[in-house]
Amino acid sequence: MRQYLLAVHIDENNTSSDEAVYQRVDEFNAELQSAGAWVFAGGLHPSSASTVVRAQGGKVVTTDGPFAETKEQLGGFWIIEAADLDAALDWAAKGAAACGGPVEVRPFQEMPEDQG
Amino acid sequence: MEERPATNSAAKNRAATDRTATGKAATDEPATDWAATDGAALERAYRESAGRAVATLVRVFGDIDIAEEAVQEAFAVAAERWPSSGVPPNPGGWIVTTARNKALDRLRRESSRPGREARAARESQALLEADAAAQPNEAQLKEVGPVQDDRLRLIFTCCHPALGAEAQLALTLRLIAGLQTPEIARAFLVPEPAIAQRLVRAKRKIRDAGIPYRVPRDAELPDRLPYVLAVVYLVFNEGYTASAGDDLSRPGLCAEAVRLARLLLELMPDEPEVIGLLALLLLTGARREARTSAGGSLVLLADQDRGRWDHAMIAEGQQLVRACLRRNRPGPYQIQAAINAVHSDAATAAQTDWRQILALYDQMMAIAPTPVVALNRCVAVAEVHGPAAALELTGQLGRGGGRLDSYHLFHSTRADLLRRLGRWAEALAAYDAAIALAANGAERAFLEQRRDSLSA
Repeated sequence: MRQYLLAVHIDENNTSSDEAVYQRVDEFNAELQSAGAWVFAGGLHPSSASTVVRAQGGKVVTTDGPFAETKEQLGGFWIIEAADLDAALDWAAKGAAACGGPVEVRPFQEMPEDQG
Repeated sequence: MEERPATNSAAKNRAATDRTATGKAATDEPATDWAATDGAALERAYRESAGRAVATLVRVFGDIDIAEEAVQEAFAVAAERWPSSGVPPNPGGWIVTTARNKALDRLRRESSRPGREARAARESQALLEADAAAQPNEAQLKEVGPVQDDRLRLIFTCCHPALGAEAQLALTLRLIAGLQTPEIARAFLVPEPAIAQRLVRAKRKIRDAGIPYRVPRDAELPDRLPYVLAVVYLVFNEGYTASAGDDLSRPGLCAEAVRLARLLLELMPDEPEVIGLLALLLLTGARREARTSAGGSLVLLADQDRGRWDHAMIAEGQQLVRACLRRNRPGPYQIQAAINAVHSDAATAAQTDWRQILALYDQMMAIAPTPVVALNRCVAVAEVHGPAAALELTGQLGRGGGRLDSYHLFHSTRADLLRRLGRWAEALAAYDAAIALAANGAERAFLEQRRDSLSA
């Protein structure tokens, strides 16, 4: 089994999270859990709540704001287990339908001991 | 410590596999009837079996790089041995077996843990024996079962939508068509390191993202098959009208695309769109020679010497179109093939049944309404309803989205319609716009000649 990050990208200026979205996401979460694909998931506060920390030459520099000032920001994510990319993409399609935004699928690097 | 027994068992395995795969006891003895004297037999064996061998090895070892490298090594061994020992009775089977042993050698060298190599040996042996059992005798004449599945699996991996279009193209030419990296680079006029880089990245993505080696389920096929067909059509189109350079076409790529389409049809005989694609390539490809004058300039369909068309290709293409019609599951490739079948039916340009072509474009617009289809439909409208009606339509298309505005054939189509309507100044301007956008030298020269004949 491999692990994949399903990242939800949202346009923060144009959010319309309503009850229906929460309910669909809950249902999707339940489906992930009953299928044994669930590892972890979470929704994030807007990027205005974000802080960036840099370690530079022994000094720590802390700044306000998201790392990248783009229109689309990470709004939430799932970490799932799937047999291969096709299985992960099937989950991503359901996730995208549930949350109403595009979902980026990224494979996790395998742990060294998993590579046998 | 364990090198020796492993090597022995590998050698034993090889003998066993050779026996089961060929139905003959000793394959190390040369086949006396066609001993190789030059590189031609090797070249032929390479073209015929590299794709198959790579596909099988990918299944057995689950890694494209291991498979490719092992198959290359096997051919290197063949190049060394076959000139003196002769070509074995089943060159393809010999290559697969030799490549498997090379791959096992590599795993043994690289593996930090002994269990891994032993397991790979066991698993690959079991898989290859299952293959041999599934295709008794004559494996070299007609491949069936697992080998077919291997190739189909790999095609769908190469054309996976998670890969970019250019990566899909390069992978398909390399892994399915068996082209070498320099050949692909030459075909697309792209520097060799760029193609090499593209292949490396694509293979890395397949591995890292876990793109599976499997044939899509029936329910997924309608989503996945178009990617495969598009790659083959792209290969053909690049061959038919090169996107750059001075030669109008690159016949080698057209032939490669037809070969790929034939392979797809062999692997998926029940998909009407696969039949449609092969028919389309044959019917279009049949006109390739007649499309160029002795001087290398472009000749339009209406002006072509129809005696120079390839009538064998046309006959096969038309027969395939009829086979599609019987299935009655139309799709964009089948309809485009049907349009070309109507063209190839006409003994002279004047006898072309434009009403039927227009009806087919209407059908095409109903299922795949792209701007380019809409533009091509205008050409049929001009023949059925006159150039004024067609020009009016192109005007609407141009205002529609703007995507067509950067397409040279949009402007050359308008230029021709304006010319037929006697609107010279506007026709000149449209030709100028088309010339500025045309990347192919032969096409550009043709447009320039058209423009100059207007002002003369």
